[in-house]
Amino acid sequence: MRKYEIIFLVRPDVAEEEIDKLIAQMEGVVTGTGGKVEKVDKMGRRRLAYRVAGHREGHYVLFLIEAMGDTVKEFERRLKVTDAVIKYLAVRVDEDLKRAEKYKVWRAKQEARRPRSKATPAASPAPPAAAETA
Amino acid sequence: MAEQRSGSGSGSSERPARREGGGGGRRQYFRRRKVCKFCTEKIDVIDYKDFRLIGQFVSERGKILPRRLTGTCSPHQRTLTLAIKRARNIALLPFATGT
Repeated sequence: MRKYEIIFLVRPDVAEEEIDKLIAQMEGVVTGTGGKVEKVDKMGRRRLAYRVAGHREGHYVLFLIEAMGDTVKEFERRLKVTDAVIKYLAVRVDEDLKRAEKYKVWRAKQEARRPRSKATPAASPAPPAAAETA
Repeated sequence: MAEQRSGSGSGSSERPARREGGGGGRRQYFRRRKVCKFCTEKIDVIDYKDFRLIGQFVSERGKILPRRLTGTCSPHQRTLTLAIKRARNIALLPFATGT
């Protein structure tokens, strides 16, 4: 199972309920082909950077799914068929997340190593301050 | 006496604080040392959806700014490039603007 992020653009003249219906339908596609929907995010109506199919605005919808490649294939096919969807992008994210996790661990290790050298000068000024108060 | 003095002298080996700008030849303006934004802010994954962040690395015409202007480190510039291209694909960033 791999993680994918699928983002698609819905025409601006489509009503909110229709988008909800579309989302429910796409969720059905994912679960029906043995995938898992992790997150659905309606990013809302936004201005586009350029015209897409004659529209200057669009509704962004983001899907974060855990599935096999076949699910993505079917998902994309459905998006292509749907008239309300004007653009979509599917990205595999699990490797990026793994790399980010690795960096996090590495950074934690570095941080654990660094304070020891930094702590000694920081600790030494403390005793004189204590002596002054006493 | 002399031995003692030399012994205490070797203990303190403090270097003078390094000046900014590197020194050397005269310059008209101060050039700040550029550092990679993604390294300093500890951004591991450069998200293509975060167009506000990515938009800082794009020129007015929509071109990707070179490293020598932004100070981004090489690995991050590579992932940033990918993120910008993805953002362009879903109309979050322009391919080209202006005329």
